[in-house]
Amino acid sequence: MTTYDEFEPVIGLEVHAEMQTQSKMFCSCPVLDATTAQANTAVCPVCAGMPGVLPVVNQRAVDYAIRVALALGCTIAPTSIFARKNYFYPDLPKGYQISQYEEPLAQHGLLPIITSEGEGVIRVRRVHLEEDTGKLTHVTGEGGSYSLVDLNRAGVPLLEIVSEPDMHTIEAVRAYAEGLRAILRYLGVNSGDMEKGVIRFEANISLRPRGSQTLGTRVEIKNLNSFRALERSVAYQIERQAETLRRGETVALETVGWNEAEGVTFIQRSKEEAHDYRYFPEPDLPPLVVDEAWVEKARALLPELPQAILRRFQQQYQLSAYDAGLLTAERDLAVYFEAVLAAAPGVSPKQAANWVLGDLFALMNSLGRDISSPPLSPDALAGLLQALSAGQINNSTAKTVLTEMAASGKSARQIIDERGLTQISDASFVSDLVQRVLAENAGEVERYRAGKESLGQWFFGQVMRQAQGKANPQVVREELQRQLDTLK
Amino acid sequence: MTDLTDLTVLDALQALRSGQVSSRELTQACLDRISRLEPAIRAFITLTPELALQQADEADRKLAAARRGSANFAPLLGLPLAVKDVLTVKGVRCTCGSRILENFVPPFNATVIERLLAAGVVVLGKTNMDEFAMGSSTENSAYGPTRNPWNLEHVPGGSSGGSAAAVAAHMAPAALGSDTGGSVRQPASYCGISGLKPTYGRFSRYGLVAYGSSLDTVGIFARTVADVAALFPVMAGMDPLDATSMDLPVPDTTLSASADLKGMRIGLPAEYFIDGMQPAVENLVRQAIETLHSLGAEIIPISLPHTEYALPVYYLIAPAEASANLARYDGIRFGFSQQEDEMWAIFRESRGGGFGQEVKRRIMLGTYALSAGYYDAYYGRAQKVRTLIKRDFEKAFESVDAVAAPVAPSSAFRLGEHTDDPIAMYLEDVFTLPANLAGVPGLAFPVGFDGSSMPVGMQLMGRHYREDQLFKIAHAYQQVTDWHRRSPQLA
Repeated sequence: MTTYDEFEPVIGLEVHAEMQTQSKMFCSCPVLDATTAQANTAVCPVCAGMPGVLPVVNQRAVDYAIRVALALGCTIAPTSIFARKNYFYPDLPKGYQISQYEEPLAQHGLLPIITSEGEGVIRVRRVHLEEDTGKLTHVTGEGGSYSLVDLNRAGVPLLEIVSEPDMHTIEAVRAYAEGLRAILRYLGVNSGDMEKGVIRFEANISLRPRGSQTLGTRVEIKNLNSFRALERSVAYQIERQAETLRRGETVALETVGWNEAEGVTFIQRSKEEAHDYRYFPEPDLPPLVVDEAWVEKARALLPELPQAILRRFQQQYQLSAYDAGLLTAERDLAVYFEAVLAAAPGVSPKQAANWVLGDLFALMNSLGRDISSPPLSPDALAGLLQALSAGQINNSTAKTVLTEMAASGKSARQIIDERGLTQISDASFVSDLVQRVLAENAGEVERYRAGKESLGQWFFGQVMRQAQGKANPQVVREELQRQLDTLK
Repeated sequence: MTDLTDLTVLDALQALRSGQVSSRELTQACLDRISRLEPAIRAFITLTPELALQQADEADRKLAAARRGSANFAPLLGLPLAVKDVLTVKGVRCTCGSRILENFVPPFNATVIERLLAAGVVVLGKTNMDEFAMGSSTENSAYGPTRNPWNLEHVPGGSSGGSAAAVAAHMAPAALGSDTGGSVRQPASYCGISGLKPTYGRFSRYGLVAYGSSLDTVGIFARTVADVAALFPVMAGMDPLDATSMDLPVPDTTLSASADLKGMRIGLPAEYFIDGMQPAVENLVRQAIETLHSLGAEIIPISLPHTEYALPVYYLIAPAEASANLARYDGIRFGFSQQEDEMWAIFRESRGGGFGQEVKRRIMLGTYALSAGYYDAYYGRAQKVRTLIKRDFEKAFESVDAVAAPVAPSSAFRLGEHTDDPIAMYLEDVFTLPANLAGVPGLAFPVGFDGSSMPVGMQLMGRHYREDQLFKIAHAYQQVTDWHRRSPQLA
């Protein structure tokens, strides 16, 4: 009996997403790329928590948060309250984080997901605004160990999106996390660059016997910075908790961290050590009032969202859920794909999808590019696909042409013409070629006739080689078969 | 002209504009008087004579230009000013009366300082205060107590005792303070001068080091109400750096020579005349109210029924906010830092060694009031009662234009009298706390002297954003009385 037969995991996610506004949440310092900026270059008295300073809410950050909340189908609170979350840590300059607690910006949303089990919906409990902390770097040197504080990130607008514990498989967790990331990227709120730490996850996991409706004791995994860490740590916790329960022991309420190198979670805090954050309303900020007009303006500006595009791609283009999912993972990609289709009326959407997801991606990987700066325009790719579907070139020639298009910037038409790559479908030419190949390889023909039919593919390769790849493979295949059949 | 330091703000401004006196002369006179009296009074933590004279010279150039007609007179051009050490002045250390900020030099000006500097003031120095504005006597200062200029054995009140003493001793014609629970009005009363706590939201709090954020206000001290009113419009108005500052027009606070209070209705709340208060205080306040009546004001008995809860409510809300506001003093980025091998030891030892006893007491109180399991019973309940106190005032202002009351139950007490009894010290604030909880403005001004020749003040509380009405009433009073012209005899 597997763990999953025996137990049902109950998983909820908290997602922290930085919002890439021009300035920080409560001051005018710029939001910098944390991985490249020099330490402490975007710091002012406000985000350094100096005596006497006051926060002022960044309206753009509120606007971004409203967009995300609307995209998740949340209800926006006409009035929400900022609160102070109190704890000491050197990366928290004020000794409290300004967050939202009892009255968040938005509540009661939904995020549809697709997994191998089909379509599902994960409820979003709340979406609220807060500020990020600074970053500590621990240094161990000859003179002992010490920590460096970088406040560039302190005060960067952060959105916390909390799901209900509606996920029961790792696949669902991944689908939800990816779905959220896609929405954040579609809305232009967050780059989605996980390696830069702009999206971070916390997972709450408990197990209960299959069929039970009561919730087990949950363990919270903090600070997960990649999908891989999310999946692996959740999987680890599920197995660990299952073992604990099988031994007849109880799972302890605790907060754990994830050791990526060793693939294990480790205890950060037990229930007894749980923080009392002493939340109370932030007296420096009046209630955040979002009127109907603001909400409607934000709603009107929402782009078509990944889930909607995914559904449309499946229906309108008859694409599989898998292909549609890949094509809609990023907004730029979905836009690119539709631009290719628009410029190549005769090309089937499935074929276009294969080229975009296969050859174009391979090409981008080899060039170190991504879809935000593709190596060739949608029109250029459309030109290539049209030549292919019209039978002017074959598949393997098309791959060569694609590479050359990216390198030279020339159109498919130009390359095909200049290099005489037009595919030969002429029956008599192909017939002559097949005849010649069979004549030159009498020994193989004998063995074929003796029953070694796998040589058929070898003959095909020989013919294509003689044709320097320009023969229409379909015509070759048919002619070869015809001639071999007559020899039998 | 006898002594330049005897000039009121309005007289000084006139003398400066006419060229009768230069800002350097006036500033130097203040600095000289400070040098002479400071050993006895100890009103300042930091003096800025070089900055002051530099600003004075700059002001003199501008005054000359304005007299030539090539520029306008900035409203306070050349006026010396003392600043409570809780407001940031760029480049001047700001201690808040605490050891934990003994070396902190802010890189920015408080908004009110920015506005006053633009209006031409000269900063004489930073005045003494109870540590982080927590106290009612200026005895809780890491830099030693300030003495009351009327009797050096008595406290000047607090927490803005340094500013009040400096103005009372004519070290400065005006000073800034802060009032979270009475810290401007009570020392003004104890020192026989005028002091304004404006409406919450009227003056920007940016650069005012926070104690109780929902109660903190920047206040003004001067010897006359007309002087306070002269500084008021310069400092008032919305500040984009303070989300709690209100975007409202600043009323005209120009005061007329008329002392007619006809049509003005003044409420007399029963709850502010209590058993145990010093009889002289009650008598002097009642006499002052009689004077206001004689000027035409209608005196109406009113009730502010939740007054008795103001003290417990304040001592839950202010410490709760303070417990968070003071968390930033952790020894990591600025101020006093005890070097230790381990992070928690740095926090513990820096805060343990940097904060004084009263600050620690209030941090403990506030932390407790916000703790899980106690929040609803303490902080949550206090907020509800605060709403009731606010409603008391709203209801009162339906029938009166201002509320008149004593500032404190007694005149200035002796140094050390309450230092071992925090509750007795807290009771000094019993009449000033409600205005902070309600956010309404309060103006204190002198109404006489008690049997020990210590000054006694009265306060007027008004509707939100109607400081102009308080100025009008108190100015009328000062036109027919001369308490505000009395000065302590100092060697």
